[in-house]
Amino acid sequence: MAAVFTASRTHAAIAKTGPWRRAWLRLRRRRGAIVGLAVVVIFIMLAVFSPGIAPQDPIATSWTAIRQAPSAAHWFGTDDIGRDVLSRVIWGTRASLLAGVVSVSISLLLGVPIGLAAGFVGGIVDTVISRITDAFLACPFLILAIALAAFLGPSLVNAMIAIGISATPIFVRLTRAQVLNVKVEDYIEAARAVGNPPWRIAVRHVLPNVAAPLIVQTTLAIAAAIIAEASLSFLGLGQQPPAPSWGSMLNTAKNFIDNAPWMAIWPGLAIFLLVLSFNLLGDGLRDALDPRQR
Amino acid sequence: MFDYLVKRIATIAPTLVLVSMLVFGLQQLVPGDPAKILAGEDQDPTVIAYLHTKLHLDDPLPLRYVYWVGGVFRGDLGESIRTQQPVLTLIAQKLPVTVELALMAMIVALLIGIPAGIVSAIARGSAWDYAANAFALWGLSTPNFWLGILMILLFSVQLGWLPASGYVSPFEDLGANLAAMIMPAFVLGNAIAAVLMRHTRSAMLQVLSADYVRTARAKGLSERAVVLKHALRNALTPIITLGALELGTLLSGAVLTEQVFTIPGFGKLIVDSVFNRDYAVVQGVVLVTATAYITLNLLADLAYFLVNPRLRR
Repeated sequence: MAAVFTASRTHAAIAKTGPWRRAWLRLRRRRGAIVGLAVVVIFIMLAVFSPGIAPQDPIATSWTAIRQAPSAAHWFGTDDIGRDVLSRVIWGTRASLLAGVVSVSISLLLGVPIGLAAGFVGGIVDTVISRITDAFLACPFLILAIALAAFLGPSLVNAMIAIGISATPIFVRLTRAQVLNVKVEDYIEAARAVGNPPWRIAVRHVLPNVAAPLIVQTTLAIAAAIIAEASLSFLGLGQQPPAPSWGSMLNTAKNFIDNAPWMAIWPGLAIFLLVLSFNLLGDGLRDALDPRQR
Repeated sequence: MFDYLVKRIATIAPTLVLVSMLVFGLQQLVPGDPAKILAGEDQDPTVIAYLHTKLHLDDPLPLRYVYWVGGVFRGDLGESIRTQQPVLTLIAQKLPVTVELALMAMIVALLIGIPAGIVSAIARGSAWDYAANAFALWGLSTPNFWLGILMILLFSVQLGWLPASGYVSPFEDLGANLAAMIMPAFVLGNAIAAVLMRHTRSAMLQVLSADYVRTARAKGLSERAVVLKHALRNALTPIITLGALELGTLLSGAVLTEQVFTIPGFGKLIVDSVFNRDYAVVQGVVLVTATAYITLNLLADLAYFLVNPRLRR
């Protein structure tokens, strides 16, 4: 009797929890996703507190400490003009995280309303938006970002704009597809029947129900944007010297690979770890938020 | 088949027109007067006036688009400001190098990605499955320019087995060509192998639970025959489309890989043009890439249509 009572109480407790809480509980069970989340939080801390954490000034050069191997004084060694690699890696977190978050925010701010309009309004609006999206998607992501960054001029801000615009079509297409699925549901019909205006139905009823796949895509897009920013900086189109960025550090490092390999190892490892963490988190979120996994 | 072909081509026509508008529109992003930027440091008024006339900069925007797109139809993508060569000639010179790199990378990706996906699906939940999934995560999270640098460090600097950079035509010396291209091909194929592995795994898992696979097993066929003849053939059909979709990743990746290994291909052309402010070349590269992507997707759709009898009904 007690067991039955406990079981029914547990069942009631689960039923009472909202869908987001249930998703969090499922996410918590995924070790990879939690490790990913923890590493992302560590990198955010490094970015926020880099002035306090970095042992040295990331742009201070020292002609007496050129290309020194890792030691007690310089844990990650020094670069070709004597700057401390550890301090530059820590400060470089800022450029990478900023690029990831800002460019994906641009994609979301542009892509979600456009995709919502295409899916919800339909007809000629949908046709025009879909064709423009196809045109953008036909240009490979990085090549379009390089072209945009080239025409806008090389800088971190322009790289973020270029990456944001290049990634927008993915969000347009995803939002549109989700809206097409959701808008035929009974609760949307009910919202329409009680006299809600179309914009209210789109914002209050459709949007929250397409949020889950968008959250997953956002996480994975941040990973892609971090690689894209590092790629643009590696090519000289992102963060400009002497400001530290992992991509531009690797660009310099490739010229000294035979006598200062540490210059290439640490910034690359930082990109790899941060991107891997976002990918692990994205995969975990997909499993936690996808109704088919339940 | 004919109806499908006509319908499919009809959908790509507006996309191509929009791509041309997008590529033309890139030029409008240049802050200030493009002629002044192209005129260089001298800022010679005669040169600026000449560029204004040559590039139709004083005409209204729609008219400039018509001039530009008219040139594209005649195969005239403009002229490189640096080498004075036609853009199309420059692209035609560099393209074979990148095509070779992309094909080799695709072979690497297929050789790694598909077997890894099959093993992972068959041995679901085993150590092999975890290893294959870890490989996929590694492939998706490693920036290929970093992997390239690490491989140079290992195979060129430490072991001295392979050249760190440079390119030799396969028609001059096939051995030297392969030695120079094997590392870049692996670097470029690595990320695509990861994508192929994930898709092959999920397609195989879906197919392995299908009724006809159960029937094949019930008939007493060996597991090898069931997997290779019945399951894999059906699971691999969507990979055709995926292969074409990954062309974008290949070309984007080629830009970075060519930069790391100093390969004089298409990717290096766009990067060099960006720094020389050779905007016509940048536009040409984007236009050719997008057109190639659209055409290959069309061909992939047709191939999919041909190999999948259910679509032909």
